[in-house]
Amino acid sequence: MTCAEFLALLDDLIDDTVTAEVRDGLQAHLGGCGHCEVIFNTTRKTIEIYRSHEIYELPAGLRDRLHAAIMARCKKGC
Amino acid sequence: MPIIQPIAGELEPHPDVALIEKVRAGDVSAYDTLVRKYERQLFRIAQHITQNREDAEDVMQDAFLKAYEKLEQFQGNSKFYTWLVRIAVNESLMRLRKRRTGKMVSIDEDIVTEEGSVPRDLADWAPDPEQNYGQAELAEILRKTIQGLPQGFRIVFVLRDVEGLSTEETAETLGLSIPAVKSRLLRARLQLRERLSRYFHRKAGLREMGSGK
Repeated sequence: MTCAEFLALLDDLIDDTVTAEVRDGLQAHLGGCGHCEVIFNTTRKTIEIYRSHEIYELPAGLRDRLHAAIMARCKKGC
Repeated sequence: MPIIQPIAGELEPHPDVALIEKVRAGDVSAYDTLVRKYERQLFRIAQHITQNREDAEDVMQDAFLKAYEKLEQFQGNSKFYTWLVRIAVNESLMRLRKRRTGKMVSIDEDIVTEEGSVPRDLADWAPDPEQNYGQAELAEILRKTIQGLPQGFRIVFVLRDVEGLSTEETAETLGLSIPAVKSRLLRARLQLRERLSRYFHRKAGLREMGSGK
């Protein structure tokens, strides 16, 4: 397997949507290619970091304003 | 009043289905429960698309109100969350259009179609790179990095990887084909990885090695 072939299947490996046979081939390539190993590990880490950190906090008071707007809408006829 | 059918293939109805039935029966507090469940996600999505806090607040409010008003139209053939996200994405794009005085805005904006996403920066990262930064500093790095992505990549990454929509749901929400979502997701992930490498690379001069210049 070449690095380009590995890269084409990188997302499928990360999302675990490959067959066992394909996974074995990808793992074999990873075992012998430091370049692709770095790409694989750091791409996976990129996703994990964005998933686990709240970068846009819900502004204070927004929830109350939304609740008030829904109640006002409801009074017009739910 | 239509009864929501469970999503095909699922044995148990999604918990949202019971809440929606309650709202339809006049129980507003059930809608409050749905709002609290999804408010963070909708605000994040709106903020990622509009890149403006005031707009994101308005979008979130408008999206929940619109969903409330249109609840009768929700048939239950998709998840309520996915339906809500679709409303929020459309509201966000409309908001952007207004801000740009009527100029058309699409999720294809800024997409460069050249082939090849071969990574350039090959420096490995420190074992737990985020530990080197304080919470606020890290959040700023993550914000700056994702804001630099082309919009069409950013939305796909946010819906698929951050908010947990499937490839099919992302495609349906954005009106894209599944191959287009997959292609954008790969590029988004690789571009983010490369941009984050500037901050998270291992120390001891590996940055220069990885720059490829």
